Amino acid sequence: MHPDRPVNLPLPRLAAAMPVTAVASILHRITGIVLFAGTLFLCYLLDLALTGEAGFAQAAAIIDAPPGALAAWAILTSLAYHVVAGVKHLLLDFHIGDSLQAGRIGSWLTLVLAAVAAVGLAIWLW
Amino acid sequence: MAHPCPRRGGGGGTGDLALVTNVASFGRSGLADFVLQRVSAVVVGLYALCLLGFFVTAAPVDHAALADFFESLPMRVFTTLAVVSLAAHAWIGMWTIGTDYIRRHYFGAGHTVYLAIYLIVCIGLISVYVLWPLSVVWTVP
Repeated sequence: MHPDRPVNLPLPRLAAAMPVTAVASILHRITGIVLFAGTLFLCYLLDLALTGEAGFAQAAAIIDAPPGALAAWAILTSLAYHVVAGVKHLLLDFHIGDSLQAGRIGSWLTLVLAAVAAVGLAIWLW
Repeated sequence: MAHPCPRRGGGGGTGDLALVTNVASFGRSGLADFVLQRVSAVVVGLYALCLLGFFVTAAPVDHAALADFFESLPMRVFTTLAVVSLAAHAWIGMWTIGTDYIRRHYFGAGHTVYLAIYLIVCIGLISVYVLWPLSVVWTVP
């Protein structure tokens, strides 16, 4: 096959290459990276909040301001997703729900539960 | 992380890459990492649930309540367990991601150097994530 052959964008095949199980899997990784970076912010907040009344007020102000609130929401939503996907993974380790159909349902369930958590966290934080 | 079975020992690499990835894996074996990743996940997950429970039940939280909570001996011990578990969990996860993507195919001939730099940055951050919370919770007056 010629390497410079013309190709159409294989959109149906792209969709097939990224089924819901793949989306759930890559999000597990992405949320892990978000958590790894976000832990620095959490360490800073913990240190600040435990350093006297003034420090606590400062930490509270950071979370109340839009950038801090958004960061906190992103970190906690990532945590919610990562935990739900992690529990699913532990179940799969015990061969619970590891058929193709159950895997798809589990992935959708993970996405839906995390979306519910994301909305709940947004209401809690604002 | 995404694999439902213990991962391959050398990250699929050969030669010097296999050496770097084997040397840098946490327990020097895929099975040890597999078990550690899950045990540490459970510990950190329970710790997160514990914090969530505190913030929900003790709301509105003020400085005194937060300090009382974190300086109690059970929470000091739990925090210590959690940060050590987080260190193992984060290292295994970041190692897996790094060795999956920082390969010759994407990064060219210098990929081993990039992987080493990436892993060193991860070690630096993980050290901070262990030492910072420990120094905070064990010295709350």
